[in-house]
Amino acid sequence: MASDSNATSAPIIELRNVSKTFGEVRAISGIDFKVNRGEIVGLLGDNGAGKSTMVKTIMGFHRPDAGGEIHFKGKKIHDWSVARARGLGIETVYQERALCEKQPIWRNMFMGREMRTKFGLLDVHKMRSEAARLMSEHMGFTSAAVHPDNVVATMSGGEKQGVAITRALYFEAELVVLDEPTMGLSLSETKKTLEFIANIKKAGRSAIFIDHNIFHVYPVVDRLYVLDRGKVAGTYTKDEISMDELIESLYRVARSGKME
Amino acid sequence: MDTQTEDTKPASNRIAAPSVLRRYGSQLGIIGVGLTMWMVFMVAAPIVFLDIDIYVAFAQTSPQFGIIALALTFVVITGEIDLSFPSIMALGAAMFCIATAYGGLPWYVGLVIAFATGALCGLFNGFLVAKLNIPSLVITIGTSFLFRGLELVLMNGTGVPLTAEEYPEMHAIFREPFFGFPIQTLWMIILGIVAWTLLNRTRFGAHVFLVGDNQTSARLMGVNVVSVKMRAFTLVGLFAVFAGLMTSIYGYYFWPTTGEGFLLNTIASVFLGGTSVFGGTGSIVGTFVATYIIGAINAGVVSAGINAFYTQLVFGLVIVVSVVLQTLIERRVRGQSMTGR
Ligand SMILES: Nc1ncnc2c1ncn2[C@@H]1O[C@H](COP(=O)(O)OP(=O)(O)OP(=O)(O)O)[C@@H](O)[C@H]1O
Ligand SMILES: [Mg+2]
Repeated sequence: MASDSNATSAPIIELRNVSKTFGEVRAISGIDFKVNRGEIVGLLGDNGAGKSTMVKTIMGFHRPDAGGEIHFKGKKIHDWSVARARGLGIETVYQERALCEKQPIWRNMFMGREMRTKFGLLDVHKMRSEAARLMSEHMGFTSAAVHPDNVVATMSGGEKQGVAITRALYFEAELVVLDEPTMGLSLSETKKTLEFIANIKKAGRSAIFIDHNIFHVYPVVDRLYVLDRGKVAGTYTKDEISMDELIESLYRVARSGKME
Repeated sequence: MDTQTEDTKPASNRIAAPSVLRRYGSQLGIIGVGLTMWMVFMVAAPIVFLDIDIYVAFAQTSPQFGIIALALTFVVITGEIDLSFPSIMALGAAMFCIATAYGGLPWYVGLVIAFATGALCGLFNGFLVAKLNIPSLVITIGTSFLFRGLELVLMNGTGVPLTAEEYPEMHAIFREPFFGFPIQTLWMIILGIVAWTLLNRTRFGAHVFLVGDNQTSARLMGVNVVSVKMRAFTLVGLFAVFAGLMTSIYGYYFWPTTGEGFLLNTIASVFLGGTSVFGGTGSIVGTFVATYIIGAINAGVVSAGINAFYTQLVFGLVIVVSVVLQTLIERRVRGQSMTGR
């Protein structure tokens, strides 16, 4: 549906033949992957399949091996970096959350994209008040631990995650990447996070959604990639496959490495 | 994502701000230590400590190492250390002497050359530490010998007189009181404000905290860790040259041994000021106050007529006791266990 109407315009992000090797380990190999405008793409695969490595390569944290290409809105990107990716409108909730725990919430919220006044100095006041507003309105956190001046280290696991998720959504990025965002969240927080993802789509923006829980992934995505041992084992649009068939084929992939 | 502006304050009153003690605990602690020490000195040697002379004396000498401590605070917050700054002090001042006394260049060209030298030394340290990932504790011992050796070779081990007649501008900048106020402390205040602003009100400063706290997280969020560390080391290089020139002009002479004896005072100022050796936390205010505490012990012990051999003993006591107290108080305030950090 949405992917059809956008088929003519260039994808937000596209990987062509991207591999990443760490010493002896080839974490991903020969990946072809794309996210169209307004599309929510699910990424499934076993532990160690290479999902997080792919995400970090998209973000410019890992440099792909020679031969791999990253295209942003149809243009080949040469010196890709996290700062560049974020500047162009890609935000990520990393699996490891990427927080600085000794720092107050507001510093974490605006980490790497600090607000400045017109004199070029940090606008600490604005960052504090924005962080306060986001934490209470956006995430609905009401515990005493979530004052913007409090350090992250003393927060609960779910609250920490809330900071990472809110941070990724705050900048209204064109592409939001969520690597297991619901891990460790309560039932209601999980529901809220899934609603956020649905809202990304409503706003015409795109997302990559990684989660081991197929019941979370299937309802919100438009298209799915299944990764196995560093390779794309299959890709489906949602109308091609039912949830049951998907579960069935995921088991098959885990056994044989093949979708069919 | 709605951008209503009317209710910027948190909706729930359960969201409480951390107490003043919690937020500024370590800074208040060091100010407390400072005041207490002052009282003790006043009681122990009222004649000395009710006289203005002692304050003038340590207002002139403390900034000589305190200025470097301001910059070193940045490096320590990034989780690194620089042990080469005493050598950079000497090399920078030596380059000034070579340019002006031997090369006949005007004093301001000498200044530019000296600061450029300091910046290069700092960049070199930063490159080795950040780009090549060599532990700073190890490599800055190496570069310390390197810079010192270079200076001794260049100067052939000899000194240079820096008289007020030959260098009137330099004496006006670095030594002569400013309307009766010790200019060294005036510089300490100015550079302290500069350093505070850099650390607390610029992106660079924000990134210094992030890099020292969790390098991987910082990198994942797009912070250029290499550049942040290189800039922090460069800052130390620049401030070290400033201090090297100030120290040399104060003594009217450039000694090839300039900087010797500065290492521990400077590092102690940073740690006494509450900056954590683990990186990620620290404050310029703390370093500033701690500088004067250490300066006061120096001046106080000597002028109170106490045998100078006691200086180190008092030093040691004050530093050990106050660092231990600070750590305990901080853990108390944070509610952390004794062993878990
Ligand atoms: N920095 C690294 N250095 C070496 N090997 C790495 C590195 N990062 C990932 N790997 C390896 O690459 C492989 C893929 O890891 P990755 O984290 O991408 O998996 P994943 O699909 O995200 O798994 P999970 O579902 O458990 O999060 C693993 O075998 C891992 O050990
Ligand atoms: Mg992963």
